[in-house]
This record gives sequence, C-alpha cells and structure tokens, in this order.
Amino acid sequence: MSVLVYTESEQGNFKKTAFEVASYAKTIAEKMGTSVTAIAINADNSSELGNYGVDKVLNVSNDNLKSFNAKNYAETIVQASQKENANVVVVSSSADSKYIAPLVAVGLNAGYVSNVVEAPSSVSPLTVKRSAFTNKAFEITEINTDIKIIGVSNNSFGLVEVTGNASEEVFSPSLSSSGVTIESVDKASNKVSIADADIVVSAGRGLKGPENWGMIEELADILGAATACSKPVSDLGWRPHSEHVGQTGKPVASNLYIAIGISGAIQHLAGINASKVKVVINTDAEAPFFKAADYGVVGDAFEVVPALIEKLKTFKSQQ
Amino acid sequence: MKILVCISHVPDTTSKINFTEENTKFDSNGVQFVINPNDEFGLTRAMWFKEKQGAEVTVVNVGTSETEPTLRKALAIGADGAIRINTPATNSFSVAKQLANVAKDGAYDLIIAGRESIDYNGGMVPGMLAALIDANFVNNCINLDVEGSDAKATREIDGGKETVSTTLPLVIGGQKGLVEESDLRIPNMRGIMMARKKPLTVVEANETSKETTSISFEKPTPKGAVKLVASDNIDELVNLLHNEAKVI
Ligand SMILES: Cc1cc2nc3c(=O)[nH]c(=O)nc-3n(C[C@H](O)[C@H](O)[C@H](O)COP(=O)(O)OP(=O)(O)OC[C@H]3O[C@@H](n4cnc5c(N)ncnc54)[C@H](O)[C@@H]3O)c2cc1C
Ligand SMILES: Nc1ncnc2c1ncn2[C@@H]1O[C@H](COP(=O)(O)O)[C@@H](O)[C@H]1O
Repeated sequence: MSVLVYTESEQGNFKKTAFEVASYAKTIAEKMGTSVTAIAINADNSSELGNYGVDKVLNVSNDNLKSFNAKNYAETIVQASQKENANVVVVSSSADSKYIAPLVAVGLNAGYVSNVVEAPSSVSPLTVKRSAFTNKAFEITEINTDIKIIGVSNNSFGLVEVTGNASEEVFSPSLSSSGVTIESVDKASNKVSIADADIVVSAGRGLKGPENWGMIEELADILGAATACSKPVSDLGWRPHSEHVGQTGKPVASNLYIAIGISGAIQHLAGINASKVKVVINTDAEAPFFKAADYGVVGDAFEVVPALIEKLKTFKSQQ
Repeated sequence: MKILVCISHVPDTTSKINFTEENTKFDSNGVQFVINPNDEFGLTRAMWFKEKQGAEVTVVNVGTSETEPTLRKALAIGADGAIRINTPATNSFSVAKQLANVAKDGAYDLIIAGRESIDYNGGMVPGMLAALIDANFVNNCINLDVEGSDAKATREIDGGKETVSTTLPLVIGGQKGLVEESDLRIPNMRGIMMARKKPLTVVEANETSKETTSISFEKPTPKGAVKLVASDNIDELVNLLHNEAKVI
C-alpha cells in the first residue's frame, strides 16, 4: 500500500504545483496510515520534495522522456504505481497532467476524479469534492476501484511544509514508441503562463483596442502576473487565443485575478471564479462583475491602471 | 476517411445550475441543452474534412432519448449519420468504454472529441477512449491536418503551443482554434429537412461499469458584498491587497 504522486518539473525545477500535489498526497497517506512515493521525471534536485511530506522519490531519467509525451509519461506512472503497489495516485491539473491522467486510469483500470478542490472527506470509501459545471457547482464523488486517481485543482489545497527527508531511488521504466512526435514548440520563455500564475491580469473590450495593452502588460510585469483576456478580445484578434479565459477558454484558479474593462458575463465568470481574490476595474458601477468581485474600483481604466502601476512601483520598492 | 465525432449534450452556457432530489440530480427544468462548445468546433472541423478531402462523418452520444434533439442538430449541421448508445452518462470511464465499442466496430480513422464537457468538466473521455482502443492521442488540439495516414496537429500547452506529428487512427481532444468561431454553422432549413431522413441508430449499451459514483452536489456559498475603493484612492487598493487579502 502507498500513495504515489506525480511531481512535475520544468527544465529540471519542480513546478509549484508539484509541492501542492505532494502536500495533498501526504494528507491522504496520513489518513490511510501509509507513505508517499513521488515520481520525478528529469528533475535536478528531488530532495526538495522531502519538505512537503514525500518519503521516497523515484528519479526517472530516460531518453524517451526528455521531452513531454503523454503516452510514455503515462506508462512510466503506471509502471511506478505497480512497482510501489500504489492504491492512490495524485496528479495536478496542469495541461500535461490532465493529458496523462486518463491514460494512466486505463492502464491501471483505476477510477479518476479531476478538479478536486479539497482533501478527501473519507478514505474508505474514498470520497472527494470536485468542481463541476465550470465552477457553478461542486460534486461529491466516490471512487470505487481498487486503485484511485485524484487530479488536484491548482491553488486549491496549498503547500504544507514539514520537516522530513526523502530517500531517492533510480527508476527505469521500459517504454516503447509513443506514436506522437513533437516537431516544434512555441513558448514564450519569459512569460508567466496562466496555468502557473499566482496573479492574473485580465482585460476586456473596455480597453477599446489592442494598442492599449501596454499598460496591461506593464501591470502584469510589476506583479509577476500572467496576462489574460475576455473572449471577444481574442475573437477580435486583439490578443492571442491562448489568453482567452472563461467557460470556453482557459480556466483560471489564481490567488488574485484583476479584471479590467470586463463586464462579467456569466461565461466569463464561470471560468475564473475559482480564483481566490477578484478585483474589478470598470466605468460602469452596474457591471455584473461587481457582484462577483471582492474589491472594485468604479473608474476609467485609462486613469486607474496607470495610477495602480505607480502605486505598485512605490509599494514594491519599499518591500 | 471515416470520422467519428463524440458529442456531449450539455446545458447552454447561460444556464442557472440547480439540483433536485436532495441535491443528487441536476435540475433540467427550463434548461436548454446544446452541443458541447468544444464538440461544436470538432464537428465543424469534421465538416471541413468532408467537404475539402472527402470523409464520412458519424456523430455519437452516450445518453438517453433526451439527447436525440442534440444529435439531430449535428445531423442538420451536416453529419452523415448518428449513433446513440442508450444509457445515461453517469461516469466518464463507463462512457469511454461504451464509445470504445462503437469506435472499434466502425473502424474509424479519426475520432474527434472535445477537450472537456462544460457540465461535468471531466476532461477524461477522449484520453480514456484513445487508450482503450490503442489509438494515438492529441489533447487540447487547436489545429489538425490529415494527409493519407499522417496527421499534423497543434496543441495548446501551458504558456504556448506545440506542433506534433502522428498517424491515424487518432483521437483528439479538440477546442476553439480547430475552426474559428465565425466558421461555426447554424443548421438551415434544408439541413433540418435532410436530417430527418438521415439514420439515427440506437444501440444498447454493453454492461456499464461503476468506477466512480456521483453522490451529491453543492452550490458555492454566496459571496459577500464587494468592497469599493474610490478611483482617486488607489493607495487604499494596494493596502487592502497587501494587508487584508494578503495576495501581493
Ligand atoms: C457560448 C458562449 C461562450 C462564451 N464563453 C466565454 C468565455 O469563455 N470567456 C469570456 O470572456 N466570454 C465568453 N462569452 C462571451 C460573454 O458572453 C461576453 O460577451 C464577454 O465576456 C464580454 O466581454 P467583455 O467583458 O470584454 O466585453 P463587454 O461586455 O463589451 O464589456 C466591456 C466592459 O468594459 C467596460 N468599460 C468600457 N470602457 C471602459 C473604460 N474606459 N474603463 C473601464 N471599463 C470600461 C464597460 O462598462 C463594460 O462593462 C461566451 C459567450 C457565449 C455565447
Ligand atoms: N455522453 C457522452 N457521449 C458522447 N461523447 C461524450 C460524452 N461525454 C463526453 N463525451 C466526449 O468527451 C469530451 C470530454 O468530455 P468530459 O470527459 O466529460 O469532459 C466531450 O467534449 C465529448 O466529445
């Protein structure tokens, strides 16, 4: 018996979500009276995982796994689960983990529940709470299979630091061809992605045109935030589709979401509601976003945003 | 090329979400159901293949007779035939297994599903289906070209996109980008008339499995009132975000 957690890294460094899923795995393992094994692919310094409750790390390095491919990554997790006799497998909600998890579920004949927002309310039967209907509701679900897979929603559980040491072991899965070959990757390396961001600065049609996004990017820069936009803004070609957030775009579950010149249509709110703190800046006090936000400024973005940038610069310089 | 498009039947995006029977069942009272938006992009891409390269397009849904208007709509948009697997869709793994039976029987070259459904948001069915039938799989697919048995796809990744090459048989989890919003089709009169004559085959489900069970639903707790900050007092906003919300 054990809990296996897939801890993702990027260029050798663990992502923040890796520590979050490790913390989650530790909580389940404690409830079940067992230990946590992490599987780390191409990570440089696995000992960090000990600080989040991991007891043992399987370090995988394999030429077939140098760049991401879902089938081989999934197969690696399947083989590790079998080796460790895992009865629970924990993964994050990153695009890659969501790609892999259904494949692992079939490989292990395991029930899988995605978008889980809390620690299980019971481990026997394993009962979890997940978000559904694009954050308009929660669903309580039981997993009935012997092996169970939990996909943890980003920023929902947080990090739990402990003092501990993780032992390390090399693990070599046996892999065959993945069937899908990466030809090219187009990724802005200096930008924070919406999925990984603690803070997201988002703007809508209220900004009038693409030429006005300079101040949005500057604000995002100061906050170390990702930039996002409403659907019409990407449909109009003012911003790339990859920035479109909402029910039919990317989901956002950041700690802080700042909405500028966005009315707050139901489809927009559904996709961003999982964010912890929401700020709205809008000229129209009647805009529906004010009902969903924690903090609001009724005012013109072209005055409020530059003022906010100045104040934040001062604030940051005093930190 | 034989294409299968998986269609999930979901509440329209503006729907109010409520539950009945002590919060154990979705309340469909007054709710309008539509083709899942991600599947609508996929279906339109399938029509593109049909018109530009020649393809036979079948749509499939796992559901009760209530989902038939949604399948008819897909036929009116231009699919050649529809299959309904007659069982309520209660668990993604089971849905994927039912779809896998149909997919194997029909020997499809390309199976287009959506990245996720907007009701259950599982994001599970396409990957499970691909694994069950041992087909290649590209998720978050925003562009797809097929040449003979080779496929080139672009998929969205966190912070960018990547282009991959693969071969048929292929399953994709598609989303906006597969076609533009403006290319989406609304069924016209002729399409609706023609759809009536197209085959909608009902097949009985194989034994259904129960990997997961939905126990009940909860609605989020209502939010407190917004705290307004005057537009000439932005210092106060910075202060609140730092000291009260503790997010900067
Ligand atoms: C099936 C479907 C799916 C959809 N999915 C999504 C989705 O995923 N994501 C999404 O975002 N939308 C989605 N939509 C669209 C959604 O219904 C709204 O149309 C959209 O969110 C509105 O975008 P907006 O707020 O940028 O623009 P608008 O509604 O035009 O709002 C602009 C706002 O800016 C304010 N404003 C104007 N000038 C200023 C200024 N100088 N300073 C400050 N504020 C100003 C205005 O008061 C207004 O509130 C979907 C719609 C449908 C039908
Ligand atoms: N009941 C169903 N019948 C047919 N296809 C489905 C069904 N449920 C989900 N799908 C397909 O799987 C995709 C992802 O759904 P989900 O895994 O529920 O998020 C959808 O966009 C559909 O293409």
